[in-house]
Amino acid sequence: MDVLVCLKRVPLAGGTLILTPDSRDIETKHLGFGISPHEENAVEAGVQLVEQMNGTLTLLTLGPSDAEEQLRSQLAIGATRAVLIETDGQEWDPQGTAAALVEAINADETNFDLIIFGAESADSAGYQIHIRVAHALNRPIITNVKSMKVENGVVSCERVVANGREHYEAPLPAIVTVRDGLNIPRYPSVPGRMQARKKFVDLKKADPRTPKLEKVTLALAPSKDKGAEILGKGTEAVPALVEVLKQIGAF
Amino acid sequence: MILVLIDHDRGEIDPLSLRALTAARKLSHEVEAVAIGSEGASLAGIVGEYGATALHVATHSSIIDYTPMASGRALKDLVEKLKPAAVLAAGSPRGNEQLAHLSAFLDIPMAAECSEITLGSPHHVLRARWAGNLIESAFVHSDLLVATILGFSIEAQTTGGEPATVVSFEPSLHPADTVVRILSRDSGESKGGVTLNDAKVIVSGGRGVGGAEGFGKLEELAELLGGTVGCSRVVTSSGWRPHAEQVGQTGTKVAPDLYIAAGISGAMQHIAGMKNSKTIVVINTDPEAPILRYADYAIIGDLHQIIPALTSAIRQAKG
Amino acid sequence: MSKLPEKAKCVVIGAGIVGNGMVYHLAKLGWKEIVQIDKGPLPNPGGSTGHASNFIFPVDHSKEMTAITAESMRQYKEWGTFTETGGIEVARTPERMQELARRITSAKSWGIDGGQILTPAEVKTLVPFIDESVIVGGYYQPSVGVVDSLRTGTLMRERAIEIGAALSFANIEVLDITVENGHVTGVVTDQGTIAADYVVIAAGCWSPKLAAMAGAHIPLTPAVHQMKDIGPVPFFKDAKGDIEWPIVRDMDVFMYERQHGTGLEIGSYAHRPILYTPEDLPSNATAALSPTEFAFTQADFDIQDEHAFELMPSIVGDENVREKYAINGILSYTPDGMPILGETPEVKGLWSVAAVWIKEGPGTAKSVAEWMILGDSEIDLHSSNIARFHDHQKAEFHIKARVDESFNKTYGIVHPLEQYASNRNVRLSPFYVAEKNLGAVFYETAGWERPFWYESNKHLVEKFGENVMPRTSEWESRWWSPIINAEHLQMRETAGIVDLSAFTIFDVTGPSALAVVQQAALRQMDVAIGRVVYTPVLGPNGGFKSDLTIMRLDTNHFRVVTGGAHGMADKKWFSDLLPADGSAQIFDLTSSYTTIGVWGPKAREIIQAVTKSDMGKDSFKFSTCKVIEIGPLRVLASRISYVGDLGWEFYIPIEQGAKLWEMLWDSGRDHEMIPVGIGVYGTTGRLEKCYRAYGPELETEYTVVEAGMTPPKLKEADFIGKEAHVKHRGEKPIAMLCTLFVDDHTSSAGEKRYMMGNEPILTLDKQPIIDSHGRRSYVTSAGSAPSLGKHILMSYLPTELAVAGNKFLVEYLGEHYPCSVAEVGATSVFDPSNERIMA
Repeated sequence: MDVLVCLKRVPLAGGTLILTPDSRDIETKHLGFGISPHEENAVEAGVQLVEQMNGTLTLLTLGPSDAEEQLRSQLAIGATRAVLIETDGQEWDPQGTAAALVEAINADETNFDLIIFGAESADSAGYQIHIRVAHALNRPIITNVKSMKVENGVVSCERVVANGREHYEAPLPAIVTVRDGLNIPRYPSVPGRMQARKKFVDLKKADPRTPKLEKVTLALAPSKDKGAEILGKGTEAVPALVEVLKQIGAF
Repeated sequence: MILVLIDHDRGEIDPLSLRALTAARKLSHEVEAVAIGSEGASLAGIVGEYGATALHVATHSSIIDYTPMASGRALKDLVEKLKPAAVLAAGSPRGNEQLAHLSAFLDIPMAAECSEITLGSPHHVLRARWAGNLIESAFVHSDLLVATILGFSIEAQTTGGEPATVVSFEPSLHPADTVVRILSRDSGESKGGVTLNDAKVIVSGGRGVGGAEGFGKLEELAELLGGTVGCSRVVTSSGWRPHAEQVGQTGTKVAPDLYIAAGISGAMQHIAGMKNSKTIVVINTDPEAPILRYADYAIIGDLHQIIPALTSAIRQAKG
Repeated sequence: MSKLPEKAKCVVIGAGIVGNGMVYHLAKLGWKEIVQIDKGPLPNPGGSTGHASNFIFPVDHSKEMTAITAESMRQYKEWGTFTETGGIEVARTPERMQELARRITSAKSWGIDGGQILTPAEVKTLVPFIDESVIVGGYYQPSVGVVDSLRTGTLMRERAIEIGAALSFANIEVLDITVENGHVTGVVTDQGTIAADYVVIAAGCWSPKLAAMAGAHIPLTPAVHQMKDIGPVPFFKDAKGDIEWPIVRDMDVFMYERQHGTGLEIGSYAHRPILYTPEDLPSNATAALSPTEFAFTQADFDIQDEHAFELMPSIVGDENVREKYAINGILSYTPDGMPILGETPEVKGLWSVAAVWIKEGPGTAKSVAEWMILGDSEIDLHSSNIARFHDHQKAEFHIKARVDESFNKTYGIVHPLEQYASNRNVRLSPFYVAEKNLGAVFYETAGWERPFWYESNKHLVEKFGENVMPRTSEWESRWWSPIINAEHLQMRETAGIVDLSAFTIFDVTGPSALAVVQQAALRQMDVAIGRVVYTPVLGPNGGFKSDLTIMRLDTNHFRVVTGGAHGMADKKWFSDLLPADGSAQIFDLTSSYTTIGVWGPKAREIIQAVTKSDMGKDSFKFSTCKVIEIGPLRVLASRISYVGDLGWEFYIPIEQGAKLWEMLWDSGRDHEMIPVGIGVYGTTGRLEKCYRAYGPELETEYTVVEAGMTPPKLKEADFIGKEAHVKHRGEKPIAMLCTLFVDDHTSSAGEKRYMMGNEPILTLDKQPIIDSHGRRSYVTSAGSAPSLGKHILMSYLPTELAVAGNKFLVEYLGEHYPCSVAEVGATSVFDPSNERIMA
């Protein structure tokens, strides 16, 4: 079983964002980077599948050369190798990104049985790259899954919706996007880190395409500052809160 | 003309689709709707009331339940026939997914989660990023605009219109289009308790709770208020609570009457999942915690002292 | 929440271990109306205290640092927040084993006992989870422990509030610190203005930003210390509480490992220096974790992972032991590695308590509180005094360059004479090129490049042969040359010319000038014009604040000449004495004048050859100064000596310095004068003469009487420390500063070894010597006395043991060498009757 997981390097932000002076990106000078939360589950799922069924787990990303840091961290968790499509650090639009991923997947010597994406990226959340890749590769795609198993060449998944669970299946080769909650992603161990340093990261170059979805600027969403009424400090404020709860009919 | 995808679950409309209709009405007076699957025909009345003049219904023997790629194919067929200026849908998982299939079929861009749209050449949108914390201003370079509408950016408004004219059509499905579809369903895990989705009161804990054992206090308060316990992502990734209780962008998005956030500083992705709650009460040692900006009331202090005091005070008040 | 008061005696900015400590100790010493503010929430406002690893190794080569750490430990114990765990520093190399022996030696000097060298097997017994095959040994210090710094800070703050002396406010941002007429007047915050007589900046890595608001400088930089916590470790699964295994420092790879609950914390000072500026630090809101916990950068830790794996393979190599938490934690680093304490020289009433680590926090707070309220601290803080910085040392370039260079020396083996390589050639004397051409080997003081010896004198090593006391061991040969001793011997035969440009020089002028210098000086300053007075400067307790030379140039004009290293602190000391009415002023002439010294039996002939002034014994008396003409130059000549030979210091405007050098040099050539470096001036020359130096011998812990420097007559005029000094004069001194000779230098390996200073003096049965004030005997200075063929040690000894001929042992790198008292008090061991100087 050969699995591919697609990742994106994203800043790990605090509670409030700051924009760069040109308002095109968020200021990352004091932020670290990681991958999107759902993608941590994607890698964990890939590692588990390979542990159970043997085979290889490949990681694929498109991003700046610094994205190797994120690839190495995930290689430390148990992936086999990685491919980095290096950009100049500018954000690519979803169509351009999908096309570059497809090109890399087609060029790869491994014919991946299963390609896993996270359900959405933390930063741009365009909700489409995985579907474009599926179309280009002619593969079935199941999205937003919260449980997944592979048996007899079929991936069967569950999607959690407001009123229950939906069950889907697709024959391999297939594409799945996963959500947080699918599993508990493991953290790297030191031996994992040490092995990861020796693992192969294939660097590819790609030429940017003219974006069809063209970012102009970013702005901070007007925070709906309710101006919380501070009821007080410590337990002495509890009676005031009880009053409030009474008023809103909480009990 | 603007075409709006009306998403429904076996005939039951997703109310967010009506907001998409209203968004479409702002762009043009000519708004038509499309529903996938024969059960969609039953929605002619409501889509008419919200401004669509026609309801196109894709019917096909292979479309029995939600079949996202088939939806994309059906939309493609319809777009080629009707030549609308834009196709809109709700910015829901399904809305985003089905329009993504459409734009993949057509190989044109798609703008997800838009709060504002200006048609033109190019089109211009404002769309939500970073769990709604950032607004991107973007151009969309294509003749046809494919976009989904950010859920809470607009209220659905009726036009008092007549029921829409139902126009059925049969999409030219390929075998691959129907490979992925809902095969079966389970109804929600009803363990007797209140689930996050329908809880009126949620008492939520974060890093400040300090460990699995600290949640006992929160459970007690939640039970007293007839609610349930929620938590932030740190809590589930530390293994203190099950993922099903996680509130946020990557967990469950909730909007209860009362949300009590204890020891939660307010990472963006958590805020995204709870900011629409009716009343938000924060208990935190840090009056600068980002979550306070979204709160109605706050007590500055240690939750380990305040929650038990609150519980006993409520007990007393209840008598 | 109570409202911010409008007025306070003192505002303390910062609620980390230091700010809380300040609030408590100020309150304890009786201050009221203290207001503490912090930008962050309580109890953890988001500074470095919040993520500290919190362990304390009470061992350092610096006496000041050790004293502060010991006092801090005492306080942590008092608050019940200290857990003694023991600690082991392990060595992977023989060089490190020598360094560990040196650390034990320093510890013993500073009163920290119990250290012992362990074999790898013994280390393994204490820490069963190490692989003993990668180490060659270890140093076990049982008194090592872990503290809860957040809890301690909270307890201290709460106590100060409880006794009604302080109020504390979280989430207050300082917008400005106001200053009027050079004195701080208050703090402007986002929630109102507080007028205050004193403002204490205890804001860790934010301190420079706050100081800048008032126009002051706190030259530190935030720097990253990487740390990762892995677990759960099966071996620790039954661990009760936070810590029960000894802390391990893997010194050769600059790392530490400590058990923390069921996890193992791995910290490093081995990664590339990662420096920020305070403006880079995010706020609590924008930070992902906290403002001082930056995202971990794994690539910088790759090698450290392997080193940790080597030492503790059973834990670190366990695939199931995973990273729980990893950060690039921000700490404060300074360009010289010492804290930044005291009133800022720029603004009266504005105090800095910055670059203080957990191990130093409570002790530092107590000491600075004493300094603020009582005028001086019990522990001598001169190495940490904020006033020590010269202007160029406040430049960001300097701070960054030096921290970049020294970061990896945090656990390094640093030779006592080791020089910085970065940001050199900042201050050059007018003779720099001439010196360079003579093969000068430059050492740095206060930014000045000073020749330590001259390679052009190499031939003299042969001339003097064994008398240069050649060294064979690498450690003592490092940063040393036998040429120093050869220069010394040649100077004693003919003469030497010495570049003294690094002196700090300032003039005190005005109608009150005499009053100012009288106030500062122990010795009588109401002397004839043209007198040169070498005098101690005392603190309120009668201990030393400095020793320096003051020339009376006119009735209302005094020139103070002092060392470069301590010069800026001296300048502040004098500036603080200026009357408010403006009747005296201070002018810093350091960069206006340069100084050349010429000493040796032939000095008079050399000078006389180029001047018409009479340099004769009786016409130019010792301890006097006057302007003479040398060729076209008018030069202030001062007849004093720090090397024990006849000669003068010449003061000349800096642009004329090169000309003066040239003329003296040309004249000296006819008399076999050689260039002589600071190696002679600062060490061999002074030690033979038993001259004391500020810092090593002279500090607040010892009195003038004990130093053997009591003036025969007590001056009538008042001066700082007079009361204490009068008391000391009337008592029998508890210790006496003695000069000792090492009687046998041969080590067990048969090699001659030479002590470098800071070694303990022990009784013949190897017991520490402690006087009735609890002070230990240790080597304050050590160095060659080439004229005597001896290696000299200076040490305070309890008066009853301070008897010429008494025999002791000196411990050096784990071995013991016999030594004996040569002289008690200030009498020189070379030329005791001073015939050469008075010649």
